[in-house]
Amino acid sequence: MTDIIADTSKSRSELAIIIAGVARDPLGLIGLIIVGSIVFSAIFASWIVPYDPIAMNIPDRMQGPSGTHLLGTDQLGRDTFSRVIAGGQVALKVALPAIFGAMTIGLTLGMIAGYGPKWLDNFLMLLFDTIRSFPTVMFALAVVALVGTSLQTVVFVVMATSIPTYGRVARTQTLTLRNSEFILAERAMGASMARILGVHMLPNIIGVLAVLAAMDIPTVIALEAGLSFLGLGVKPPTPSWGVLLKDGYALIRQTPWLVVGGGLPIILATLGFTFLGEILRDVVDPKLRKNR
Amino acid sequence: MIQFAFKRFALAALILVVAVTVMFLMIRAVPGDPVSIMLGPRATPELKARLIAEMGLDQSLPKQLFIYFSGLLRGDLGVDVFSGRDVTTIVFEQLPHTLKLIFSAILWSALLGIGLGCYAAAHPNTWIDRAAAAISVSFIAAPAFVVALLSLLVFAVYLQWFPAIGVGEGFWDTAWHLVLPSLAIGLSWVGYIARLVRASMLEVLGENHIRTARAFGLSERRIVGIYALRIAILPVVTVIGVGMGFLLSSAVFTEIVFARPGLGKLVIDSITSRNYPIVMGAVLVSTALFVISTAVADLINAILDPRARSGT
Repeated sequence: MTDIIADTSKSRSELAIIIAGVARDPLGLIGLIIVGSIVFSAIFASWIVPYDPIAMNIPDRMQGPSGTHLLGTDQLGRDTFSRVIAGGQVALKVALPAIFGAMTIGLTLGMIAGYGPKWLDNFLMLLFDTIRSFPTVMFALAVVALVGTSLQTVVFVVMATSIPTYGRVARTQTLTLRNSEFILAERAMGASMARILGVHMLPNIIGVLAVLAAMDIPTVIALEAGLSFLGLGVKPPTPSWGVLLKDGYALIRQTPWLVVGGGLPIILATLGFTFLGEILRDVVDPKLRKNR
Repeated sequence: MIQFAFKRFALAALILVVAVTVMFLMIRAVPGDPVSIMLGPRATPELKARLIAEMGLDQSLPKQLFIYFSGLLRGDLGVDVFSGRDVTTIVFEQLPHTLKLIFSAILWSALLGIGLGCYAAAHPNTWIDRAAAAISVSFIAAPAFVVALLSLLVFAVYLQWFPAIGVGEGFWDTAWHLVLPSLAIGLSWVGYIARLVRASMLEVLGENHIRTARAFGLSERRIVGIYALRIAILPVVTVIGVGMGFLLSSAVFTEIVFARPGLGKLVIDSITSRNYPIVMGAVLVSTALFVISTAVADLINAILDPRARSGT
């Protein structure tokens, strides 16, 4: 019990050290600022938006950027700036649960594959390889065609396609740890498999997966926006960045500010999370430095 | 070598078989009967009965799977619900458009990326090296469909330098139509490949066989361009092979943005019209493409670098 308490306080100070380490690097600082402002504007969206993001106002439709409408209005007279802010909320609402879910399932399956019997390992690896063999967007399209479009479908697709990545990494880490002395000692003392995996291995694996998750967020945000752009993701009138792009694309000559308003946040968000992820990886585990 | 190739392709085949089975079960696992889903609002009792018989849906599940696989082996992906044409024919009509787009994108970005990477590795820590590094990180993040939309807005709608839609006719017109779509797909790869080549080049330049080449008095250009590049290019081959899925995904969006024919357009149109067999056929073909390209990348790796053969 005492060592668990000691552990949490240790990890808290570790977190502070990690954040400070990330902020020391200029790219990391830019990443922190971008990600921070996206999260901030998503949390406080309802206070920030000047207009209701889904309220139509036909007389004011298709107006260019001005003092009253910072980023203009769309074909239904909705304020683009408000929709951009609210879109950030939708992006995180899809990305965070999807990645958390994928990480949890991937971690569990990966540890089982790494620690369990060989046949189970082979089976799970074949399953992972198979899921990875579908081009992500094609897989997403197949699922959407089957079960229809909704926020949950997008979350499911993202989860299903990223579980193998987390699973593989968790498996490799488990395999490395499996024969380390402290695990052997624990096993010699007769600890159960659940205890070995949950109490002793988990803390050593979770850090690597967290970095992976940070680097995964841009991909997920882009996938959600992409599906919504195709009209197969978040349903209107929900203001996703992809929906903004879709509306803007349909009227690209009349309302080009929609394309800019939907496109720039996606680029900024991917940039911010990529910077953050790269620097985080170098700070947390320099050994992980590899390509993409 | 032969043994390696055999093993690698056996694995690819196994993955494909499992992938097809997963997809097959996925269709069956969806609530509601597949025939109604496929036919959608068009479902009349006669049409339903015909499709059930055609697809063997009245048989047991393993038997259905067997029928499906034996169809696949004959190159039969089913029949278009609307026109009654072979799905295989339809998919392979569209495939060349998508492949052209993907290969043009990967060609320009690989050439530029490899060049940049070699230059950066030969002149580490100069301003061009740092600039290349900064640009690579920024561009890696840009999703293809956003780049496609923004470049469409700037270069086709405002500046009107390039056509906004279609594929064009004749060689030059086709190439001209390819510029923006191929830019959108390739952009994130330039920096990525440059970074990869730079890293592996620096590593290779420190190895013994390069030291030997230097000792023989070969020119630096010859060493970097021939002896080192041969090894340093390996990660690029792997990455492009593994990146095929990613490239296919980018192509789907780019085809929609620039209203080009191709697999992506085919799938989206078929989803909208609930033309189910076509969606499945196109997804299967693109998955097969992806699995094969990963295997081929591994093989090329093994041919170029004998050390890789024992590795996998």
